[in-house]
Order: sequence, then C-alpha cells, then structure tokens
Amino acid sequence: MAYAAGVDVGSTQTKAVVIDEAKRIVGRSLMDTGANVTAAAEQAFLGALHSAGAREEEVEYVVGTGYGRYRVTFGNTQVTEISCHGRGAVEMFPGTRTVLDMGGQDTKAIRVGPSGEIVDFCMNDKCAAGTGRFLGAASSALDIPLDQLGPTALRAERPVPISTTCTVFAESEVLSWLGRGKKIEDILQGVHQSIALRSMGLLRRVGVVEQVTFTGGVARNIGMIAALEKRLGFRMNVSEDSHFMGALGAALFAMDYILARRGPVALEKAL
Amino acid sequence: MTDPQPAENILGRGNREGAELFRQWFAQLNQTAEQGGSAAYVFVMGSLAEILRTFNLPVVFPEINSLQTAVRRVAHEYLNQAEDYGYSPDICGYVKADVAVQLRGGQHPMGHIPKPAIAVLTNACNTYIKWAEIWERMYHIPIFTLDVPGTRAAGTQTWPGDPDFENDRRYVQAQLTELIALCERVTGIRFDIDRLREVMRHANEMSRGWKQVLDFNRNRPSLFNALTDGTIYLGVSNGLRGTAEGGRYFTNLVEEMAYKAAHGIGTLTDEKYRLTFVGVPCYPIFRRFNELFTQWGGTFVHSTYLWFASGGTNLGFEYDLARPLESLAEGVLISVRDAMDSMFFQDRALIEMIDSFHLDGVVYHPVKSCRTTSTGMADNRRALMAARDVASLFIESDMMDRRVVSEAQLKNRIDAFFEGLSSRKRQEAIAR
Repeated sequence: MAYAAGVDVGSTQTKAVVIDEAKRIVGRSLMDTGANVTAAAEQAFLGALHSAGAREEEVEYVVGTGYGRYRVTFGNTQVTEISCHGRGAVEMFPGTRTVLDMGGQDTKAIRVGPSGEIVDFCMNDKCAAGTGRFLGAASSALDIPLDQLGPTALRAERPVPISTTCTVFAESEVLSWLGRGKKIEDILQGVHQSIALRSMGLLRRVGVVEQVTFTGGVARNIGMIAALEKRLGFRMNVSEDSHFMGALGAALFAMDYILARRGPVALEKAL
Repeated sequence: MTDPQPAENILGRGNREGAELFRQWFAQLNQTAEQGGSAAYVFVMGSLAEILRTFNLPVVFPEINSLQTAVRRVAHEYLNQAEDYGYSPDICGYVKADVAVQLRGGQHPMGHIPKPAIAVLTNACNTYIKWAEIWERMYHIPIFTLDVPGTRAAGTQTWPGDPDFENDRRYVQAQLTELIALCERVTGIRFDIDRLREVMRHANEMSRGWKQVLDFNRNRPSLFNALTDGTIYLGVSNGLRGTAEGGRYFTNLVEEMAYKAAHGIGTLTDEKYRLTFVGVPCYPIFRRFNELFTQWGGTFVHSTYLWFASGGTNLGFEYDLARPLESLAEGVLISVRDAMDSMFFQDRALIEMIDSFHLDGVVYHPVKSCRTTSTGMADNRRALMAARDVASLFIESDMMDRRVVSEAQLKNRIDAFFEGLSSRKRQEAIAR
C-alpha cells in the first residue's frame, strides 16, 4: 500500500493530507503557518502522518501547494492551489463545475471540467477585501472569536450595509456602526453580505455553473455559507473537509505521479 | 551547400542592430538637446514621421521615453516626482514619467531629451489629447491632432474603392495638408514633395519587412519572441520610420528570419505552448515577466501590441510614390484604423490568429495605467471564448508602476494557466 501526501501552505494556515491508493483521506493535520513556512509544512506533514498511522517512508510522493508551495522542501513537486482546489472538489463532489475557494488572503472562483481540470479562474487582486482577512478584521474589531462570527451573524434582524471595499477601512466602518448603537449581529451580517457580494463578482467573471463547491477555511463559517447561498439561489456543496480541499487535491496529484510510475494503464484507470 | 553568411553574423543580428540603432537615435536626440535644438513630439499610434522627417524634424516618442524608465528600473523616481507635483496615482504612468522628464529639463536615463517645437497626435488614444495639452501649456507650442475615422461598427470595414472610404481618405488628406503648412511655419522649411517621396520609400521598405517578419512567426518553432525580441523590432519601427537605416534594418531582419526558418532555429529549444499577448507589456519586470512563461515552455509568437504600438504598420501598407499625398492619407487611414481595431475589435483578429499561428493560448494583460488598451479586454475575452475553445489567461499589473506589480500573484496565476493547458493537451492526446 502506497500513500501520497499533499501539503497546502496557506497565508494563514498550513494543511496536510495523506491518502491511500483508494484516494481515501487517511490522515490530516492543520496548523498556523507562522513565520517559519518550511517548519509549518514539515509539522503539518508529520501531523498528517501521525493521524494516518503511517511512516514517512510509506509516502511515495508529496506535492506542495498554496502560496508557500516552494517552501515544502521535502516535497517532490509543486502544483498551484487553483488546480488543487479544482481537483479536490471534483473528487469529493463529482458534479462540481464551479469552485469558490475562500482563504485567508485569497478568494478564487474556479471553473472546472469533469475531471477537475481548470477551465477558467479568477482571484481577488492586490487587495484582501472579500477574503478571510476581512472576517479577521471584523473579529478583531468586535472582539468575537472567528468560529463565532457565522453563528452570530445568523441572528441578525436588521443587517447594516458595509460599503467599504478595503479591509483596513472596514474595521473603522465596523467601529463606527458600533458607535451608532447597531447590534453586533447586524453588523456582522453586513460584513458577511459584503464578502458574499464581492465573491459573486468573481464567480460571475468565470460563469456560475452548477454544482458549486465551497472550499477553503471560510467554508467552515455557516454565516458565509448562508450569505452566499442566498445570493446564488441554490445550495452549494460544502464538506467537513472543505478546509483541506487544496491539500487533498495536492495529494491526488501526488497519487497520479505514483500511478504514472507504475505505467500508463494504472494512471488512466485511476483517472 | 554553404550559407551566404556565417550563422554567428546573422543570428541575433536584429537584436544587436536594433539596440545599436536605438542608442544612436537617443544619442542624436541628446545632441539636438545639447545644441539647443527642438523636436517633434509624436506617439506610436500614428506618428506621421513621414511628414515630420520631410522637414528634418527629429522625432521624440514620449511613450518610449517613459517605458525606458521602467525597463531601466527608475520609473518610480519619475512617477513619484509627478505625483509630488500633483498628478494622481491613477493617471497614465507614461504621462507622469514624461511630466517628470519635462520637470527635469529633459533629463532622462538615455540622455537629454530636446524640448518640443510641435506635438503631433492622433485620436487613437484619448490620453494623447490631454497629454499634448500639458506640453502646450508648458512650452506654448502648436499641437496638431489628426482625427482618423475609425471602424464604424463590427464587420463593416471600408476599403479603397468604396465611396465611404474615399470620403474618409479625403478627410485625412485635408488634415495632412494642414499639418504640412504648420510644419512649414514651425521649421521655416519649404515643403519638398520629392523629399517626402524619399522618406515614404524608406517607410515602404520598413512596412514590407515588418509584415514579413511578423508572418514568419507562423513557423514552428517560432523564430522570435513577440514580447521580448518583438519589442526591440517595434522600437526601431517607430524611432527610425522613414529613414534609410530603418528600412535596411527590416530588410536584414527578414533575412535573419528566413535563415532561422530554413535551419529550424526557434526561440526556445523546446516550444510546448504557442501564445499570443494582448495588451501592453509589464515593463517594470520585463524580462522576468517573460520568464514566467518560458520556464513552462510557453512563448509568445504574436501580440496585439506589435500591431497597435506600431501604428498599424504591421499591415505592410506600401505607399504609391506616384501620388504621395493621396497615398499617404490612404496608408495613415488604414494603418491607424487598424491600430485602433487591434485594441477595440481585437477578438476578430485573434480568432484568425489562433488558426494561422497555431496558438495554444491567449494571454490578456490589462494594466492599471492604460484604460485605452485595458477597458474592453474583459468583453473581448468573453467574445473570443464564446467563439473559440481556446485557453486564456487574464492577469493584471502595470506597464510602469511597480507598486501594482505583484510577481508572486502573477506567477501563481501563470502557473495555474499552464497546469490547465497541460491538462487540456493531455486530454486532447487521450481523445486522439
């Protein structure tokens, strides 16, 4: 039994996944990236190995992805997170044709083909508005833990509009609404709707084709899921492992390499 | 069989000679400025060098001066100076770098730029008009704007012989006559139609060669990189249009391309992906930008930049020297109109290019500081993708301002583009 691993070094968190030849996730690990990117990648990889109960020498191929993919020094190759999220999403939800990946600093809209190949993509450009960082600013301004943002926003009765498109200025706007006596849940709902609106812009640029799969760290936020689904008008695919989708895609590419070594028949069968 | 010229002489000659001619051109401008002389300020989309050279006016291309500051990695100094003076960060970077050159009394990394005696522009770019007004206020010089009728609607282009075309041509010719009178006043030189013929003859040699060079890149492997090598050729096509040296340069360049084609010498040792580039280059990281593509085996075999930034002379229009003014008007109309079309109706040209140049992908590069070239790109891309199943990439940066050029973001998108291209090729191979 051979294992493959994917290590997704994101701007905020590093994720690692180990899969077996049946492409099942057998180990996963998550940690803050911090300043030492290579160390975070190694620790996440070792954590996923431990979770899988596998030994390092049993992992035949490792693919690094994410903004720090070239710092996965023990990896065999690198693939962009755009390709990895597409591949992971289609593996988990085969009907996926559009992926929305919302991470700490990037939000990506990705159109994929039936086997997860990239048809088109676009990302937020040179600005963290509409990304997880925007939620981080709200969390900081309102002194609410990140994991409570979504549930709190869902209690809103009269959402306030957040008009700024700048993450830094958003914090000021949130504070100004607080100063005007608005409820925290109404302000937070406004923040979620603002991000959803920007994400819809990205999705429309590549074209929204069902099914849509929501991936990345922000996909754990139930308030964001609700805000996006309201704008889309239909339900999205969201997995418990959405956060690990990039790492899963990387591990799947790693497994392709393992199978390709065994010959074209094994690879085509797997694809 | 022996080659008439040894390979070491002919290979890379276009780049070597181009760089040398470029240096000589700026050295002459420097000499003019040092001697207190002045020049005609012109633009790449319709320089009207044919008329200006007839009056011995040196030509200065402020767009080229500006991009040179970016290539030489000092653009930020010029941009900051213009912004400190009061220009907004959102204004065209070319304009701001030029304003700083003027504020410095013409001091530029390539030498001393002479002051303008006249500025000549076309309506191909709306910024040209406001830009020239700055010189008008600074130097109190005459500004001449040539209004070139553009394509009226998609699919209804008019050509010689058509009554509508003839109306447009006469409209352009009347304006050229006014320009000639203005040049006589500015220079004190009487117009000499035989001198105009001579300049036009050199321009013909250049246009003929330029079109042939571009057509040569249908070859597999491609013979030159449209982004890097092409920009050198483009510099000569603008700066030396209407000169004997410029004409000869392109004749020699055709010879170099023919040699490379005959010997199968491509620009990359392993050409995997043939691409075209739409927009203005990312001059602040010019070489590095190209490497982000070549390291994947991708090369630019063509670009719309080589069309519009050569003022449409890529069409290879050759003047009829027996009727110089009529023919000049005809050529300027057709060429400048084509330059505008390659920005505003580029989807039609790209569809044709995909087949004839065997393209694997189209790279759109909208830039922050040029709305003229960037605004319609999203629409054009959608139109192209609706018409043809071709991979495309949309990446944004700038032609001048490194503050909005993020190499990490560019690389991520370019890498993903090639991963998609690779997957596409693999699936096509499996389907076969």
